[in-house]
Amino acid sequence: MSFDLSSDFFHLFGIPVSFSVDTGALMQRYRELQQVVHPDRFASSSEQERRLSLQYATHINEGLRILKDPLERARYMLELKGVHWDDDQATLSDPEFLMQQMELRESLAEVAEQSDPLQAVADIIADVDTIVQQNTRDLEALLQSGQQADLEKAKLQVRKMQFLDKMKAEAEALEARLEDEL
Amino acid sequence: MAYSDKVIDHYENPRNVGSYDKSDETVGTGMVGAPACGDVMKLQIKVNESGVIEDAKFKTYGCGSAIASSSLLTEWVKGKTLDQAREIKNTAIAEELELPPVKVHCSVLAEDAIKAAIEDYQSKQSD
Repeated sequence: MSFDLSSDFFHLFGIPVSFSVDTGALMQRYRELQQVVHPDRFASSSEQERRLSLQYATHINEGLRILKDPLERARYMLELKGVHWDDDQATLSDPEFLMQQMELRESLAEVAEQSDPLQAVADIIADVDTIVQQNTRDLEALLQSGQQADLEKAKLQVRKMQFLDKMKAEAEALEARLEDEL
Repeated sequence: MAYSDKVIDHYENPRNVGSYDKSDETVGTGMVGAPACGDVMKLQIKVNESGVIEDAKFKTYGCGSAIASSSLLTEWVKGKTLDQAREIKNTAIAEELELPPVKVHCSVLAEDAIKAAIEDYQSKQSD
């Protein structure tokens, strides 16, 4: 058993380096990989081999986590192209996008005052989903192009997706709370 | 994580919450967001003929530190000239509010917001 821990996750899973991923193939390959390195198979092996198998298993799990999630996958693809993130310091200053985010936040804050709060929060989630779909298409095109100028745009697009992810999580949490109150 | 008393004070009694008409020629609007935490901050300044910030308002969706940073900043910029306001550093905000290292980015957001607001105001004047 030997894995190259330095090869990227796309190669590890034997899938093309692309934003669109065949989830079925990904899961299939994941199961195969995990079988090979499963700690049970190394119960009687040397200490070093057991440690290695655990290291491989962890690496494979991390790969699955990243490749499965569109946002993580996009971030990872950009990292492979040399993009750095500096998450703590990053700020976004696209007024139009931020205004839209603020309006969505405002409607989310006012959900409880609506005549049908559950419907209101469902509408917001639907709005966010529409924006996410559009952004995902834009992001995919930018990642596909491979041009240097598009890398920066793709980075910005990923930043916007981060906002949308948070927004959706908050809207869904509110929806769950409202459902509990029924 | 414990918030300082100053953060709690601004969080519970935020100063200058509100909005101006962003198409008003005497108003500068700065919008910034932090992707890492999803915070969105809008900071607006109202500037008089002599280039002094008469009033400021903010609206922030985010954690206590982000709200406190923008609330404090609106207090600080009032009565300052645009050049003076541009000199305000995030480190001063972080220090005043005793922000822990993980929350320092909230003060960065506030500094970026006032700079954006000043830029917006100045671009309106040069039109």
